[in-house]
Amino acid sequence: MSPETISSINWSIMTPEFIILGVTALLVVFDLFMPNSLNRKILGWVGIAAIFAALVSVALMAGGPVRSILDNTFRLDSFAIAFKMLLLLGAALVMFLAVSYEAKEGLEKYRGEFYYLFLIALSGAMLMTSSGDLITLYIGLELLSVSSYVLAGIQKDNLKSNESAMKYVINGSISTAIILFGMSYVYGLTGTTNTLDIAQKLSTLSDGNQVYLLSLAFLMILVGLAFKLSAAPFHMWAPDVYQGAPTPVTAFLSVVSKTGGFVIVIRILLTVFGAAATNGPNSMPIILHMQNYIAVIAGATMIIGNVVALRQTDIKRMFAYSSIAHAGYLLVAVTSLSANMFYSIWFYLLAYLFMNLGAFAVIQLVTEKAGSTKIADFAGLYRRSPVLAVSMGILLISLAGFPGTAGFIGKLNIFIGTFYGTTPHYVLASVMIATTVVSYFYYFGVMAQMFFRPAAEDSKFNIPFGILIVLIVAVIGSVLFGLVPNIAFNYMHNNLDIIGDFFK
Amino acid sequence: MNLHSILSILVFSPLLGIVVLAFLPKQAEKANKLVGFLFTLPALILSLAVYLHYLAGKNLADFSVTHSWIQFQGMNVQEPAFAVPYELGINGFQLLLVVLTAVVATLSAIGAVKFVKKEWKGYFMLFLLLETGMLGVFTAENLILFFIFFEVTLIPTFFLIGKWGYFEKEKAAYSFLIYNGLGSAVLLIVIMILFAKTGTTNIEILRKIMTDPNAHLSGGWKLGLLISLLIAFGVKLPIFPLHSWMLRVHVQAPPSVVMIHSGILLKIGAYGLIRFGMGIFPEQFKTLATLIAVLGVINLLYGAFLAFIQTDFKMVLAYSSISHMGIVLMGMAAMNQAGVQGAIFQVISHGLISALLFFIVGVLYERTDTSLIENLGGMAKGMPIAAGFLLAAGMASLGLPGMSGFVSEFMAFMGLFKTMPWLAAIGTIGIIMTAAYVLRAILGMTFGKAQREFTGVLDLKGVEYVPIVVLVLLIVLIGVYPSVLSSPLHATLETILLGLGG
Repeated sequence: MSPETISSINWSIMTPEFIILGVTALLVVFDLFMPNSLNRKILGWVGIAAIFAALVSVALMAGGPVRSILDNTFRLDSFAIAFKMLLLLGAALVMFLAVSYEAKEGLEKYRGEFYYLFLIALSGAMLMTSSGDLITLYIGLELLSVSSYVLAGIQKDNLKSNESAMKYVINGSISTAIILFGMSYVYGLTGTTNTLDIAQKLSTLSDGNQVYLLSLAFLMILVGLAFKLSAAPFHMWAPDVYQGAPTPVTAFLSVVSKTGGFVIVIRILLTVFGAAATNGPNSMPIILHMQNYIAVIAGATMIIGNVVALRQTDIKRMFAYSSIAHAGYLLVAVTSLSANMFYSIWFYLLAYLFMNLGAFAVIQLVTEKAGSTKIADFAGLYRRSPVLAVSMGILLISLAGFPGTAGFIGKLNIFIGTFYGTTPHYVLASVMIATTVVSYFYYFGVMAQMFFRPAAEDSKFNIPFGILIVLIVAVIGSVLFGLVPNIAFNYMHNNLDIIGDFFK
Repeated sequence: MNLHSILSILVFSPLLGIVVLAFLPKQAEKANKLVGFLFTLPALILSLAVYLHYLAGKNLADFSVTHSWIQFQGMNVQEPAFAVPYELGINGFQLLLVVLTAVVATLSAIGAVKFVKKEWKGYFMLFLLLETGMLGVFTAENLILFFIFFEVTLIPTFFLIGKWGYFEKEKAAYSFLIYNGLGSAVLLIVIMILFAKTGTTNIEILRKIMTDPNAHLSGGWKLGLLISLLIAFGVKLPIFPLHSWMLRVHVQAPPSVVMIHSGILLKIGAYGLIRFGMGIFPEQFKTLATLIAVLGVINLLYGAFLAFIQTDFKMVLAYSSISHMGIVLMGMAAMNQAGVQGAIFQVISHGLISALLFFIVGVLYERTDTSLIENLGGMAKGMPIAAGFLLAAGMASLGLPGMSGFVSEFMAFMGLFKTMPWLAAIGTIGIIMTAAYVLRAILGMTFGKAQREFTGVLDLKGVEYVPIVVLVLLIVLIGVYPSVLSSPLHATLETILLGLGG
């Protein structure tokens, strides 16, 4: 590429990514040259500022036409903007958690890494939302994954953390390899890695053998992605990793990483397999035939996540299974494969971001103080800190999907989707609602601890500034989007034409 | 005042109390109690105002209100977004239930002032949230809004039982949550299928669509949906064998909560069955009528027989509630003017009677720390006034003429005798049993063998008279002048019966 072509590229559409990457580089340098005695928290605040700058730049780009650069490998469409907003919002809250994190096990040494690895992972996820090519998609995914592996094991002296990081690396790399294998089939059949070109080539597909290969590719990619989403039966790594990792990292994995996972699901499955015809041009796309596989995974994920969560005594493990369960609900939305899907997934992830990060803020504070992660440590929280207990109560109610909260509207939206269309998924809908009732048990179990049981000790809580911010945003977000969800829906409808843009 | 905003103010006025309570210090016992009580009054005054407005011959439709609220994206790009508006409205049936809710809520707040011994601030905040949920349930004009309010009642009740209840309160709270959670899950599925098939959740529009012979749904589907509704509301009502959670709640929850629970929350099940079950699926309701009548008779007899052998007065009342809900089912199943009217009368009447009985139980428990019939024997000597009112409440419960229970049972049975004389005849055994268990329990307490000395100032005093006297007056008023209930019901009944084809 000559310098002229490089300068003629409209780099401005990558502004948010550049802001994050630039600041990451700055943080690395600062961290290197800062004297050891200086507190690294300042790096975290710089990171937060960068995320907000990126968020503003993304918001400013909303509503424009679809733009793409670098031979269509990087595209800025409404889908990318909408999901970048989610990622940035989630990452900002995670950073607030991170700056308030007071770990006991020698994390202080690696404080700097802690912040900029978050940012690197974030930029990977952001890249995924904009990828118009299998290669960029893959690079984004790896950027996200590799930094997550390191983050999970950042407490080097903690055995549990080491073990969980090891599990995460091994499982994660296998899943990436499987995804890559699936992608290679797609490349082999079409001779291109650009998703839109692939879609175009596949829409005229009529050879039965090729359809067979493509179906195999679909299943492989689905299996690989199921690992990333912690969907059953490939969810085993999640509880260990969630338990072993520092709480802000767990929060990051459960929200930002999961959003990234769904971005890749929608990008690959819809563009590539939504276009591949099964019986010549204009016939049913492969993905409609594969709907049932996704439905089975969704059902199994919801059942396993919710049922196993019942037996947990460790709050972080319980939230790991809860997070698995929520991945199941989101997969139900994927199964509907309708225009509603984009909005319901986006809205659910938005709701999930608030309720889960808020809950992790409380978990972080309570487990730090208690020095353990038992659910029993929440006993009597209402006495010790009514603010924490009531906030946690509201967030748990939202997680359980009760009306008046964003969690309810999110579930309702997904639920509506299962009943529409030519083949309504009645069984899946019933599984979803039955498992939701099962989830009342463990969410209200925490409530019972907080409100009904006496406290083991009476010491009060000091709520650090960062945690307070997360809690306020989370509670307001959960309630606001539960009472007037149209704020979010209207913004999407008016500024972002996801469906129109997606296939352009 | 703008008539359209009255219902919204009525439903959400208790929430204002929550805001005020939030700013009160925890320790301010009197202030918390006072605020909690005062904020049940706006709903009471407004609901009575609506009732007077109706009596003055005005149209209740003036009160209905609609705003756009949520728009979900449609399934295709071209398809318009499907909308869930915010719609409140009121008809005669709903009016009666709203008045009942407001009355019982205010009296229960007085009960709470007496019976709740700790953490008044939290109690009243949850209580007011519960009241908003109940008022919303009875005024919601679309199913999703109904469902939201329905669920809103769940959370405060869970905490009210689990935190302020007696010994096994947590267990009771959990079984309440899970049974009712499952019930609402089934309900949500029904609502969503209706929504998906018709594109609306407005109850009136759904009623028109579903009673149209060229409906969107086949008869089999409708029957399935009605059976699901029967299960969903059957948990709430409760219909045998879905009742076990309710016994726990009645025994473990604090008396002021049981007043609400037995007086109103159980009625949501009856309301749902009549308004949605009968209203939206009249044809299928006919098909199921015999089954529902049989379930009603089972409830009536099962409750009555088991009430007879209980030693704890609370358990007697709990089984008595199950038994009385059987009469509601039987009245519904008759599907004629007298039957349905009897069912609705029973809903209101039982709401008042059970609130009265549980208030008295609360008073007794507060003074003697027991609700065992044996231990309360001979109370008429020490607490003659309380014993007198207890006797009056018992008479109302067993359906003595001149009290509300009589009118309700009489009409429900009259209706059922017209359509299913055999079942009705078997049901009459229940009436005899009712007289037997009520008299056994109440006479055992008032004039039974004395186990302890009832001396000192034990009898009713001060503010305790208010709920008791108000409830007794209302019960007698309905008994001697039933048209306070029947005249608002007239139009509603006609609509329902029109759907049933006569």
